[in-house]
Amino acid sequence: MTRQVLLKDINVPGILSYEVYRRQGGYSAVEKALREMTPEQVTEEVKLSGLRGRGGAGFPSGLKWTFINRNAGKPVYLVCNADESEPGTFKDRYLLEHIPHLLIEGMILSSFAIGANTAYIYMRGEFRWIFPILERAIAEARAAGFLGDNILGSGFSLEIYVHPGGGAYICGEETALLESLEGKRGNPRLKPPYFPAVMGLYHCPTLVNNVETLATVPAIVNMGGAEYARIGVGKSTGTKLISASGHINKPGVYEIELGLPVEEFIYSDEYCGGIWKGRKLKAVVAGGSSVPILPADLILKTAKGEPRLMTYESLAEGGFESGTMLGSGGFIVMDETTCIVRNLWNFTRFYHHESCGQCSPCREGTGWMEKVLHRIEHGEGRPHDIDLLDDVAKKIEGKTICPLGDAAAWPVSSAIRHFRDDFEYHIKYPEKVKNPKHFELEPLVSRSHLATA
Amino acid sequence: MMNNQPKYSPTFSADTLALVQRIIARYPEGKQKSALLPVLHLAQAEFGGWLSPETMDYVASLLGIQPIEVYEVATFYTMFNLKPVGKCVLEVCRTGPCMLRGSDDIIEHLQKKLNIRDGETSADGMFTLKSVECLASCGTAPVMQVGNHYIENLTCENLDGILDRIRSENESKT
Ligand SMILES: Cc1cc2nc3c(=O)[nH]c(=O)nc-3n(C[C@H](O)[C@H](O)[C@H](O)COP(=O)(O)O)c2cc1C
Ligand code: SF4
Ligand code: FES
Repeated sequence: MTRQVLLKDINVPGILSYEVYRRQGGYSAVEKALREMTPEQVTEEVKLSGLRGRGGAGFPSGLKWTFINRNAGKPVYLVCNADESEPGTFKDRYLLEHIPHLLIEGMILSSFAIGANTAYIYMRGEFRWIFPILERAIAEARAAGFLGDNILGSGFSLEIYVHPGGGAYICGEETALLESLEGKRGNPRLKPPYFPAVMGLYHCPTLVNNVETLATVPAIVNMGGAEYARIGVGKSTGTKLISASGHINKPGVYEIELGLPVEEFIYSDEYCGGIWKGRKLKAVVAGGSSVPILPADLILKTAKGEPRLMTYESLAEGGFESGTMLGSGGFIVMDETTCIVRNLWNFTRFYHHESCGQCSPCREGTGWMEKVLHRIEHGEGRPHDIDLLDDVAKKIEGKTICPLGDAAAWPVSSAIRHFRDDFEYHIKYPEKVKNPKHFELEPLVSRSHLATA
Repeated sequence: MMNNQPKYSPTFSADTLALVQRIIARYPEGKQKSALLPVLHLAQAEFGGWLSPETMDYVASLLGIQPIEVYEVATFYTMFNLKPVGKCVLEVCRTGPCMLRGSDDIIEHLQKKLNIRDGETSADGMFTLKSVECLASCGTAPVMQVGNHYIENLTCENLDGILDRIRSENESKT
């Protein structure tokens, strides 16, 4: 059994309630921090823990907290990013739905550390049934004296509010999220000058952290940062929630110790339980739809032939030539019947739909890529379309206000790099691919050999 | 919006108005525009599942902002319906991970069964079909949102029973 930090109590009956959460030792980290520690000491423990942002970018959390200027003469805000809309990712929902007090406890600690007296949870609006769950948990924490004025007599005060999004992927990007929280369209802001830590919500210093990141803080305060850093491998400390989906026997949310071999994650019955229907593995998108896709051989082993591990570093090994990213931990598995072109067309349509439209390379480029992919997938592709796609992707990458442009370009470049055979097949056999289930009828065995268990 | 009808002026119930005040109080003084998304959700729920121009104007007046500020926002976010919808909106996820587990077939099945295309409402006014992007439920794909809940692990086989159940729940409501 792997070490459980976040999910250890998730199956305790009644853990949704304050009473049971408290009985399991909940809120003891708040007692420890508010009674025995200074805000700086809390931040120091988070630094020592090596915790990296779990929202996708993997930025060191403790370091990020030190960017907050507490002495700007303005209020400081904590905003929890619960927008969770990166395709393939559903782990924050698991925490929000089942163990809301863990997030609240983490938010109290983080707010204390950065000097915030108001915190917002920006949650995607579709999670309608979770709003009452969170609101009830907040009310319980308040009634128990862990929220409100002068918490535990420490002089520190905090209110937490839940705010619904409106259905827009881009609002997961932190500056778009802040615009949205101000009641505007979710258009990302330019950095500089709008670094949230300096000019965030209402132009005040603001810390934006992911649900899972914040929910990890109680464990760090309880066990100490150095002890937490012993979990995991190298700079990938701790545990990570992985959302596993696609063609596997056991989809779901798994807490893994960072460093677990990818092969074990896919094939062990403790995790994904292998590929469904006894089929072979064709490809994996390891960190949410935005990261490069890898064929079976490269997800299981690096180009150097070493076992690929579930860590920030190992997944990135080989750069974009032969590696990918851990991202948000949205692990999407594709079996031998999957059409890479169809899947890519689907993702590209998603990015086109979700582009806020501010930058022309992103707005127009995603539209072009969608159009070209649509025609290839529907048997109307032209021989130069593959290079055209690659070219458009390159013209988006790195040329936009926010990273959504890159997120749309990387899947395209990587799919062409690793699965050119799939694209060429579509152009060569237009009649065959007009049946949307073409590769279910006749799997394409491409250069990148399929993996067997 | 038929012009021979009297202009409809939406008004929240007293309870909802009190809730709106509590929502506004979550944000700093002078920042009541922050309440826009939560209040638009309340308005859509209370006024027939969509936001008419009258509803948006009403929300603008409640928050003391310009109507255009509400239109800009309502048109940006996909959860807001800008035309009338059926009693029950079936929001079916169409994104990659759901597609890998058969959402194309689910959407096609619904289109045939209800005799409508994406975005349309069935002739009896009961169902509107709306394909949506990843609902953060890929581990229980395919999935659709119906009202406040997700219905997960859909199959073409269990879909008909689900529709019958939703239909009878909605009929007994009125
Ligand atoms: C297009 C886009 C979508 C994003 N969506 C999310 C999201 O849904 N949830 C999230 O926590 N972070 C998301 N992020 C990352 C945030 O911008 C930000 O880095 C993160 O919330 C910081 O928290 P962390 O340091 O705890 O990870 C997204 C970024 C981009 C560019
Ligand atoms: S990259 Fe795309 S989503 Fe990001 S700001 Fe530009 S247009 Fe908007
Ligand atoms: S792709 Fe359908 S819920 Fe994620």
